[in-house]
Amino acid sequence: MNLSYTILIPLIPLAVFLLLGIFNKKIKPAVSGYIGVLGLTASAIISFLAAYQYFFVNTKVNGIYQPFIEKTVWMNFTDTLHIDMGVLVDPISIMMVIVVSIVSLMVHIYSRGYMKGDDGYTKFFAFLSLFSFSMFGLVLSTNLFQIYIFWELVGVSSYLLIGYYYTKPSAVAAAKKAFIVTRFADLGFLIGILIIGYYTGTYDFETLNNPEGSAIVNWASSSFMGLSVLTWALILIFMGGAGKSAMFPLHIWLPDAMEGPTPVSALIHAATMVVAGVFLVARLFPMYYFVEDGFALNIVAFVGAFSSLFAAIIAITQTDIKRVLAFSTMSQIGYMMLALGVSGYEGHDGVGYMASMFHLFTHAMFKALLFLCAGSVIHAVHSNYLKDMGGLRKYMPITNITFLIAALAIAGVPPFAGFWSKDEILVAAFEHNKLIYYVGVFVAGLTAFYMFRLYFGIFWGKNTKYEHAPHESPLSMTFPLLVLALLSVVAGFIPFSEFITPDRVGFEAHLNYPLAAVAVTVGLIGIVLAYIFYKKENDLSDKFANGFGVFYKWAYDKFYFDEIYLFVTKKILFKRVAAPIAKFDKKYVDGTMVGIGNTTVATSEKIKGLQSGKVQDYAFAFIAGVVVIALVFIYLWTN
Amino acid sequence: MISGVSIYEILTVTSILFFIGVFGFITRKNLISILMSIELILNASVINFVVINKYLYPDMLQGVLFSLFIIAVAAAETALAVSIIINLYRQISSVEVKDTETMKY
Repeated sequence: MNLSYTILIPLIPLAVFLLLGIFNKKIKPAVSGYIGVLGLTASAIISFLAAYQYFFVNTKVNGIYQPFIEKTVWMNFTDTLHIDMGVLVDPISIMMVIVVSIVSLMVHIYSRGYMKGDDGYTKFFAFLSLFSFSMFGLVLSTNLFQIYIFWELVGVSSYLLIGYYYTKPSAVAAAKKAFIVTRFADLGFLIGILIIGYYTGTYDFETLNNPEGSAIVNWASSSFMGLSVLTWALILIFMGGAGKSAMFPLHIWLPDAMEGPTPVSALIHAATMVVAGVFLVARLFPMYYFVEDGFALNIVAFVGAFSSLFAAIIAITQTDIKRVLAFSTMSQIGYMMLALGVSGYEGHDGVGYMASMFHLFTHAMFKALLFLCAGSVIHAVHSNYLKDMGGLRKYMPITNITFLIAALAIAGVPPFAGFWSKDEILVAAFEHNKLIYYVGVFVAGLTAFYMFRLYFGIFWGKNTKYEHAPHESPLSMTFPLLVLALLSVVAGFIPFSEFITPDRVGFEAHLNYPLAAVAVTVGLIGIVLAYIFYKKENDLSDKFANGFGVFYKWAYDKFYFDEIYLFVTKKILFKRVAAPIAKFDKKYVDGTMVGIGNTTVATSEKIKGLQSGKVQDYAFAFIAGVVVIALVFIYLWTN
Repeated sequence: MISGVSIYEILTVTSILFFIGVFGFITRKNLISILMSIELILNASVINFVVINKYLYPDMLQGVLFSLFIIAVAAAETALAVSIIINLYRQISSVEVKDTETMKY
């Protein structure tokens, strides 16, 4: 089965980007929107074709999905260590391609309405295409280094799109923050890549991930500080993934990234780029699982579990609807991470891995939908804050219904998509680690609560008097909402476990009814609480918040992580470390160089009189020289 | 051959002439004087050519012919130099070396 045409999936958006980017001013906005949508449609069609061919036209050998690899050597170091460029088509990359193309296409369509009349309309579509190209390239990468290149490219596109409103200082600051934080994380990623290259001699995913391959079999051959070097490498790579996926200590950029236009938040900061970290861990899953008995994988699990709890608590207190969704994203990605962390490798043990990918898929649909709904609401109300909203269901029926569907999906109410994937995650956690399971269940309840707090706060609650009556968004914006709502309903029925498992052999997953019942009950409790607090305007929620006292304030201020980081960087790093080093550099390193230069200039100033330009002086020097030489020779000859 | 006069005496005279020219070339401040000093140097060498031809190879004429050649070239060179000096004088109303140094450094 030749799937080399999948290379077109990233290349078409690249062509669109170049077209729109180079002829930025010459293309009319209306046309550029169509070009962007058309390019993505083409990519999406090819993605679906590839998925169909891969999964349904025979590629199974002995019941295992065979990866399809097409690559050329790009940089050659040794016989085994070379950097390739190419495409790797296997179940998870196909799944990611589908996710990216669906969400990206919907966001492109949506942006035609949302960004209408904006000055940088063409530029916006160019950036969206750049992002789509990078993301497709990332998921189709064949080796660690190629994935790193595209990893940075999505980082750049994210930076460009967060800072899209570049006249707004807060947007510029947010873009910078996102860039710097993720770059810091990527430093770890790069070191991890170099360690892997040094100790295993290859970057190729298929070679690295082979359970009988030398990388996995010989993991114990060299160690550093009590852990295998490969474990260190995997932890560092996870650090890169954690930065991109806004996991706990590196999460601070994600809420600020909401300064970007809402379609961008839906595409990059909810559905695709932020799950790149999950994808990365899944991509190297056999390594994570086998090296040092999954030590690095345990770190993934606990970081994921903690992040999901931490973010869910903050999400409850936030009043900016996009920030609530941002923290919700972080929480759900934590969910995916913990699912990966508790997964096994073979057969039914791989349920965590499967569940993680499943949740990634369904989450992309309903979280993109939530963001696009939020964009629609913001478009109508011209505010991000809950206090400016309320009673919008009368004005925006379609947004209301689609938001409700997405909220039910994320809360895990059957039969919506989130229920199925969340259930699998909880099954995996229950089988492997009870503590993580309890965290997961608690977070499920919190998720339902804050999501319905948002829903009731926006569409029910108090009847705000609006200066301009809000109205439903145009068709170009509601159409993607409807499509994604449909997907949020049906995506859960895809038998994921038959397609995507760590060992690439499908298995049949069954609903675990007791666990599902627990999860649904907890979710419903959350919804009911939100209903009591926020359905009608009342002061119950304030009283409740006051009951938590200072803890509520902490959560509202995001546990002061921004402040802590600022303190560490500004007060300690910059003042105590960077400033003295800068001073040393200026005084001694620069000083030496400047001194050399100054000495040269001063000396030449002194001796430039020698080169007087007078022929007479030169003649004098010449004759004096001749006389001296003549005297020397005469002296020598006469003796 | 000039009777009673050896080659050394004549060469001594031309050496003196040559070094007077060199001294003048180095020390004069006036362009015309420098030009005259150069003429002295050339003349010293011309005499050397003639004398050495006469004393070493009395049957040949190369040295004499060469000196004629040098005289012709010197005349051309002087004409050129004088024209340059005249032009310079028209520009800056001076033929002093120190007044031609304005473009230095």
